[in-house]
Amino acid sequence: MTTTSTTPPVRAAVAPPRATPARKGSAILSRHPRLRLGLLLSAPLVWLGLVYIVALVALLITAFWSVDSFTGEISQTWTLDNIIEVVTGSLYQTVTLRTVGVALAVTVIDIVIALPVAFFMAKVASPRMQRILVIAVLTPLWASYLVKAYAWRSVLSQDGILNWLVTPLGGSTPGYGLPAVIITLSYLWLPYVILPIYAGLDRVPDSLLEASGDLGGKTWSTLRLIVLPIIWPAIIAGSIFAFSLSLGDYITVNIVGGANQMLGNLVYTNVGAANNLPLAAAIALIPIVIIFGYLALVRRTGALDNL
Amino acid sequence: MRLSRPARIVLGSVTAIVLTVVYVPLLVVFVNSFSTSTSLSWPPPGFTLEWWRKAFQSTGALNAVLTSVQVAIVATIIALVLGTLISLALQRFEFFGRDAVSLLVILPIALPGIITGIALNNFFRTMMGVPLSIWTVVIAHATFCVVTVFNNVIARLRRLGMNFEDASADLGAGLWTTFRLVTFPQLRSALFAGGLLAFALSFDEIIVTTFTAGSGVTTLPIFILDNMFRPNQAPIVSVIAVVLVLVSILPIYFAQRLAGSERSLK
Repeated sequence: MTTTSTTPPVRAAVAPPRATPARKGSAILSRHPRLRLGLLLSAPLVWLGLVYIVALVALLITAFWSVDSFTGEISQTWTLDNIIEVVTGSLYQTVTLRTVGVALAVTVIDIVIALPVAFFMAKVASPRMQRILVIAVLTPLWASYLVKAYAWRSVLSQDGILNWLVTPLGGSTPGYGLPAVIITLSYLWLPYVILPIYAGLDRVPDSLLEASGDLGGKTWSTLRLIVLPIIWPAIIAGSIFAFSLSLGDYITVNIVGGANQMLGNLVYTNVGAANNLPLAAAIALIPIVIIFGYLALVRRTGALDNL
Repeated sequence: MRLSRPARIVLGSVTAIVLTVVYVPLLVVFVNSFSTSTSLSWPPPGFTLEWWRKAFQSTGALNAVLTSVQVAIVATIIALVLGTLISLALQRFEFFGRDAVSLLVILPIALPGIITGIALNNFFRTMMGVPLSIWTVVIAHATFCVVTVFNNVIARLRRLGMNFEDASADLGAGLWTTFRLVTFPQLRSALFAGGLLAFALSFDEIIVTTFTAGSGVTTLPIFILDNMFRPNQAPIVSVIAVVLVLVSILPIYFAQRLAGSERSLK
């Protein structure tokens, strides 16, 4: 009567897990985080490093070689000729300025259009409406890029729908040329700019906006002082898409650009018809340098985490 | 901040106008697929179903769709595996060169496609001596698709934290069991969204594809580019575009439902 109450009831201990090989491996891995990291990283790094970085570096090296004008073979003697030609040639300077101008215009237009649309989607529309709008923005991405560019060729042509719509109002289509390129590229990349900005705005808590209102913040000051700093990385992320996709484009220019050339066209001609890979690689350095400069500039904003 | 009624109306109208402009070119494509004009002139001179009949009988178009689907599926699977691994590594560990690795993931999409294209073309043909084929396209596509999976998964991991995984480990689950029963179910919708984007990106890619496809490999964008300017083929291209947009609504809808139901659970 006395002893049974003092000794605690004996509970069956949980059997230790059986030491299967998987179990042992798991134990080793959880004790060695570096090993875990190594296993996680090895496959992606081998893939991206081996395929992409090696290819990219090889291309850059090619820029310092030349093409034998007689045989058309690449001769592996080091020369700065291609680089000098690309940096000093007036053709390359004009085309670079034109391309950067088009890319900047497209980026600015897309951001200006995307901001109110994304704001309406994230903060004004009902949840049901929100879902419909996201689908409405995403759907055009599935119509082929080429088909959309070609559709704009048809829209902007002399007997296209734009002329048909604006001629009664006294307007006319801009025709094919740089304005058409800017319109078409802005159209093509708009969803890529709306979506990150929408995602950024969606993360801004409504309570923050209400607090600002309660403390007397007017609409504009709330937008400028509260909303803008929070969604800034998302805007930059959208701009990377619009800017870099425009910078390398050569197909849209062919379809709606008339006789205009962009950097992509020069690279394409030198790889294909002119068979001068070293010169093409040297021209390709221009957008690479511009993009790296841009990425370095925006890295501190944290935009690269928002792509 | 409370938006006034006029402000809401202005925002709503801007959104409506922008979406209208977004859909006008698609509408033009839709109408052109029924138009008797082969030069896409507006207003369409007459109605015909000929292009739709021809499109469904065109073996070239059907084969191109099939090739693109195959390439996109394999590239997406590779991107899902690599993207998940790399986001787990970057989110859960601090290590030297972490920024460099995240830049490495972004680079294939941040650099213009033509650069990726000629770099890979040069790599495969000149450096490795590998003839271009459907596999070189798959490798190229997987490389720039990793980033879409990576972005979706790492954003999800950041929100999740480690509490559930720690609990699972404390209760005696091994790493693989924890991943299978705890981490993966929480990542599922992010993987779906990232995979969907990767698929779409690969399916529509033309520039890198031009430089990495073997001579017999015709993906849908290559088929479209070849046929776009042929008078008797252009309306068939319109039909293909219309079908693709209609078919694409389903996966987008499901992705949204998945995201929406997870949001309401929180």
